[in-house]
Amino acid sequence: MIYDFFYNLTGSALFSGLFVAIMPLLTFILPFALFAVLLERKVAGHIQDRLGPMRVGYHGLLQTVADIIKLIQKEDIIARENDKLLFNIAPVLTFVGSYAAFAVIPFSSIFLGANLDLAIFYIIAVTGLVVVGILMAGWASNNKYSLLGAMRSAAQIVSYEIPTIIVILSIVMITGSMSLMTFSENQTQYFWNWYIFGGPEFNLKKFLLIPFMFVGLIVIYISTLAEVNRTPFDIPEAESELVSGYHTEYSGMKFAIFFLAEYANMFAVSALIATMFFGGYHSPFGYLGNLLNIPWMIPVEQFFWFISKGIFFVFVQMWLRWTLPRLRVDQLMTVSWKYLIPISFVNLLIVGIISLI
Amino acid sequence: MAEYIKNIYSALITILVGMKVTLRHLFIPSVTIQYPDVKIPLPERERNRLYVNMDDCIGCDQCARACPVNCIEIETVKALPGEDLGKTSNGKKKALWVTKFTIDFAKCCYCQLCVFPCPTDCIYMTYVYEFSEYDRNNLIYDFATLTKEEREEKKENYRRFIEQKEKSKSEKE
Repeated sequence: MIYDFFYNLTGSALFSGLFVAIMPLLTFILPFALFAVLLERKVAGHIQDRLGPMRVGYHGLLQTVADIIKLIQKEDIIARENDKLLFNIAPVLTFVGSYAAFAVIPFSSIFLGANLDLAIFYIIAVTGLVVVGILMAGWASNNKYSLLGAMRSAAQIVSYEIPTIIVILSIVMITGSMSLMTFSENQTQYFWNWYIFGGPEFNLKKFLLIPFMFVGLIVIYISTLAEVNRTPFDIPEAESELVSGYHTEYSGMKFAIFFLAEYANMFAVSALIATMFFGGYHSPFGYLGNLLNIPWMIPVEQFFWFISKGIFFVFVQMWLRWTLPRLRVDQLMTVSWKYLIPISFVNLLIVGIISLI
Repeated sequence: MAEYIKNIYSALITILVGMKVTLRHLFIPSVTIQYPDVKIPLPERERNRLYVNMDDCIGCDQCARACPVNCIEIETVKALPGEDLGKTSNGKKKALWVTKFTIDFAKCCYCQLCVFPCPTDCIYMTYVYEFSEYDRNNLIYDFATLTKEEREEKKENYRRFIEQKEKSKSEKE
C-alpha cells in the first residue's frame, strides 16, 4: 500500500511510517473538518431560511479558517478544581480514538494506511477510546453538567454499539471477510454490485438480500448517528440542557481538538457505511481512466468517489440534525434496546439463512 | 406486535416527511437581509434624527416648549437696533441671535411634536437612523452656527447695550 510506496521511495522505515501516519490528518481530516463545519453552518442556515456565515470571504468561505485562528490565540483555561492530568489527556484520547479508525479506511485502492484483515474489528475496538476520552473529560472537568453529559454519552455509545456490531456482522457473514479492502474490492465496477443491492453475485440470493440490506442500512445509520453524538441523539452535548456537555470547561485548542474529533468521527462512520453498503471507493458507473486508458487517473477517481460518498452521508447527518428534535434519555434507550437491537438481530438471522442458500 | 410494527412504520414515515420539509427549505430563497450592505426601504411616515436648518431659525423657542422630554435647549440674545439678521425663506424677519441650540438625541423620543409648531419649518426629520456613539455626550448635537467667540460677543454686546440704555435713562432723569 502507501507505506510500501514510501518505503521503496526513501528506504527509511521510520520516515515512511511517520509520513503514512500523518498523511490522512494533513491531506484529509483537517481540510474536511474546516469544510464540514462550514457546511454544517451553511446547511443549518439555509434549512432555517437564513444564509449562514456570509462576511468572511466569498459567501463566508473562510469563516472556519478565521475561527481556527481565533481558537489558536485563545487562552488555555484550566480551572483550579480540575483534575489537571486527566483534563489534559482527555481531548488527545478522544482524538486518537477517532483518528486511529482512519488507519484502515480505504480512501482508494492505493491510499490505505494499513491493510488489516481485521479492519472492521479494529475500528470497533479503537473507537471505544472515544468513550473513555469523553468520560474522562466529563470527570476531570469537575462540573456537574459535564459529568452528566459524559455519563449519558457512555451509556448511549455502549447501547448503540450493539446494533451497529450486529449489522456489521451480517455484512461480514455475506462477505466472509473483515477487511474493508475486501469489502471494497468485492463491490467493484457498477452500482448494482454494491451490498445495498445484494452484492456482486448475480443469483437468487442477491434479490432476497436487498430488503434486508436496506433494513440493515437504516439500523446502522441510526445507531452510528447515536455513536457520534449527533442530533437527534445529542443528549451528551444537549446545549439547551447541559450547556455543552463534556466539553463545557474546555477552551482554545483543546476545545478545537474535541471538535475535530467529532467531525473526524462523523466522517469515519459515514466512510464505514459507504464502504460496507455503497461500494467503498468504487465508482458507480465505471472509470474515466479505463475509458481514456490513463491508469494513474483511476486512484484519483476512486478518491473522489469515496470522498463524495462520505460527504453525502455527512450531509444526511446534518440534514437529520436540523430536522429532528432531541430524544429524551429514556426514549434514547427505548430506541436502542426495544427497536434497533431486536430488528438487527432478526435481520442478522435472516441474512444468515439467506447466505446459506 | 401489531403496534410495534406500526410504531416503526410511523417513525420512519414521519422522519421522511420531516426531511422532505427541511429539504424544501434548503432550496427556497432565504429571508435574510445583509444589513449594512442592503437596507429595507423605510416606511412612509418614519421618524428619525432631527435636523435644524439654522438659516431659517428665528429662535422662537416653540420647539423646545413642545418637546415632552426637554431635549432641546435654546438660548437667544436680542439683536441690537442697527444689526440686520436677514430674513427666513418664508419672509419672517429674524430678530434674535441664537447662541445655543442643542438637541440631546440620547433623550429624544422621536415623537415629532417639535416639527409642527415651527413657524418657518426649519426643524424637520431626516432619513438618518444609524448614529450610535460610544460616549453619550457625543449624542448632544449643537446646531447653532455662531462660533464660541461670536456667542460671547453677542451676549456682551447686548449686555453693554442694556447698560448704556439704563445709564442714559438715569441721566435723563
